[in-house]
Amino acid sequence: MRNTFEHKLGKLNNDLIRMGGMIEEAIASAITALRDNNNELAQSVVDNDIRVDDAEKSIESQCLSIILREQPVARDLRKVSAALKMVTDMERIADNAADIAEISLIADVSAIMHIVKEIQVMSEKVIHMVSGAVDAFVRTDITLAKTIIEDDDEVDELFISIRNKIVDLIKSESCSGEVAVDALMIVKYLERIADHAVNVCEWVEFFETGEYKNTQII
Amino acid sequence: MENENVKISTKNVNLYYGENHALKDINLDIKTNRITAFIGPSGCGKSTYLKSLNRMNDLVPGCRITGSFLLDGEDIYADGVDTNVLRRRIGMVFQKPNPFPMSIYDNVAYGPRVHGIKSKAKLDRIVEESLIGAAVFDEVKDRLHKSALSLSGGQQQRVCIARAIAVQPEVILMDEPTSALDPVSTLKIEELMNTIKDKYTVAIVTHNMQQAARISDYTAFFLVGEMVEYGKTDDIFSRPKDKRTEDYITGRFG
Amino acid sequence: MTKNDTQNSLCKKHIRISDIILKALIFLCSAVVVAMTLGMIIYIAVKGMEGMSWTFLSTPAFSYPYENYGVLGNIINTLYLVVITLLVATPIGVGAAIYLTEYAKQGRLTKIIEFTTETLSGIPSIIYGLFGSVFFYNIFKLNYSILAGALTLSIMVLPTIIRTTQEAIKTVPLGYREGAIGLGAPKWHMIRTVVLPSCIDGILTSVILSIGRIVGESAALIFTAGIASELTSFDSIADVFTKVLNQGGSLTVQLYQYAQRGGSEMKYAFSTALVLLVTVLIINICAKLVAYRVRKKRS
Repeated sequence: MRNTFEHKLGKLNNDLIRMGGMIEEAIASAITALRDNNNELAQSVVDNDIRVDDAEKSIESQCLSIILREQPVARDLRKVSAALKMVTDMERIADNAADIAEISLIADVSAIMHIVKEIQVMSEKVIHMVSGAVDAFVRTDITLAKTIIEDDDEVDELFISIRNKIVDLIKSESCSGEVAVDALMIVKYLERIADHAVNVCEWVEFFETGEYKNTQII
Repeated sequence: MENENVKISTKNVNLYYGENHALKDINLDIKTNRITAFIGPSGCGKSTYLKSLNRMNDLVPGCRITGSFLLDGEDIYADGVDTNVLRRRIGMVFQKPNPFPMSIYDNVAYGPRVHGIKSKAKLDRIVEESLIGAAVFDEVKDRLHKSALSLSGGQQQRVCIARAIAVQPEVILMDEPTSALDPVSTLKIEELMNTIKDKYTVAIVTHNMQQAARISDYTAFFLVGEMVEYGKTDDIFSRPKDKRTEDYITGRFG
Repeated sequence: MTKNDTQNSLCKKHIRISDIILKALIFLCSAVVVAMTLGMIIYIAVKGMEGMSWTFLSTPAFSYPYENYGVLGNIINTLYLVVITLLVATPIGVGAAIYLTEYAKQGRLTKIIEFTTETLSGIPSIIYGLFGSVFFYNIFKLNYSILAGALTLSIMVLPTIIRTTQEAIKTVPLGYREGAIGLGAPKWHMIRTVVLPSCIDGILTSVILSIGRIVGESAALIFTAGIASELTSFDSIADVFTKVLNQGGSLTVQLYQYAQRGGSEMKYAFSTALVLLVTVLIINICAKLVAYRVRKKRS
């Protein structure tokens, strides 16, 4: 029964997983390029962003077409609407990764990363959150989604302390102001990525329970 | 939802056609001035249940019913119940439009005449009000004395609804009222249901799940004689509790 | 591809011999039927015109020794028989049909009643005549009379009316009944206002069939309605009613008498047959008109 529909939902799921893989790769590569000051890698992250944008458009159009033609209800409706919302956050993650890569193309912040060790810690944490969000979606694992959402607090704390340290660096004039600002922006982007990862996890929860941010929205 | 009253309360309803156990222990309360939809695959008992509410099953030989049916607290199946009065209070609209082979006016006036209204002026008023109530007056006002059979299917069905509301029932049962109609007529009747629910309690059997989702306040899902799940339509169609309900409404049944 | 072309081409007509043969046979069958009917009518018309005259139509046949040849008395008798039989048989037949289909519990008893009515319709009419002569003539002391004949004919056409009406009632859509019952109409009200009007066609058909049988009947009438052909005078309204207690031979009985004597009177048998044919034709047309008007009024 409803083989065509099942097939469409399956394809949607696969495309979401593939896009999840793309953003995981984007953020990981952006951080590596930053750390190693690898322009080639950074450039590839910037170039690949367009592939993520295409994936987003394709997923959006699949969702709309499923709503139009199949009138999904219950679990199917939650799946499609979660996908529609989630894909925006995933695209943002890739955008922010590309932003980080762009900064690393014009500035060398590796030095500052050596001084402020937490940047490395924070970036690893964010990579972990993004892969966790994608995993939580792929396996529809609410427990995992919940731990990722909780991880965001740590990232926020890290952001505050890194920001303070950079401010200190600027005050002590132990690095150029330009580099310090770039570093701050990178850290801000990382913090945003963590927020988007949280959003993705919240949509995973919605898909399973119909609750979004602890409110029954359907 | 706290101030919703129960119009018809049914408890432990069992119905047998000879050896066939067609309804199994149904407990269901139909709320006043709400639209309650019964969904389920063919032969699940939803139409049988609907017809048992105004005792149309009495006409079926070999049909046996147990359990309690209360209309505003009165037992529908008690000894001495006048089924004619019961059916005036609980009216019915059928799957196929079934206007009588007489004029539109006579069709709508049929029920009031049965129940003793003879005054021409009174009948005129009832016919007009009923046709307006069924959103078909403008289309038929110039040919009230033409045969109802000359109307289109959708108009016929609305005349049948007018005929049903002409006796001022409290409850209207609808047995797949749009399954024989085109989409535009279907929408007109769905629209109509929404407007009449302020005055009447409506129970509808439908095969069209989108229709149940569109028009009803409550939905009950039937499967092989059992009522699997009953709840607010929003809940049933977004988060059904029973796996079988979910499988049915998402089209993964069987 | 070439094979495909010849098989699927829309332009080439495929002719099957068996189709042609069957078509020809069917045409032949209907042609025979039409030819026989037409032949008979023309034969009767031609032979019947020999003895036909205004006098024949406007005077009664006298009793033996037939100084005058006519059929007026018989035409009137026949009309009497038709009207009285229908007045008796239609209400009883329709009532019985309603009871059997609407009220009686479907089971053994209704099966037996239906079987009986079917058997009744298969009994040769002379047996009805014998029964009628004993039952109405002797027991009810009606002697030879139009009333006895009409009552006998009533028994004879009852099965037809019952069966045809039953079939008509059965074809009334369930939706009509459900609709009426669903509005709280009592059963008899539902039958009177919805079922009967819907099967008026069927009832009329049964009436037409019955008229055919009544007009065409002779065997059942000889022993009951008698063979008298004189014209009774209608001096007062009462005479119109008392006539039913008099003897009265129908057209068919008269035809039989003319034919039996043969010889020069044979042509009058044919003239009577022609009158019969025309009468049946007129009655049928009238019934059709009534049915048409009823149907038109309803839609």
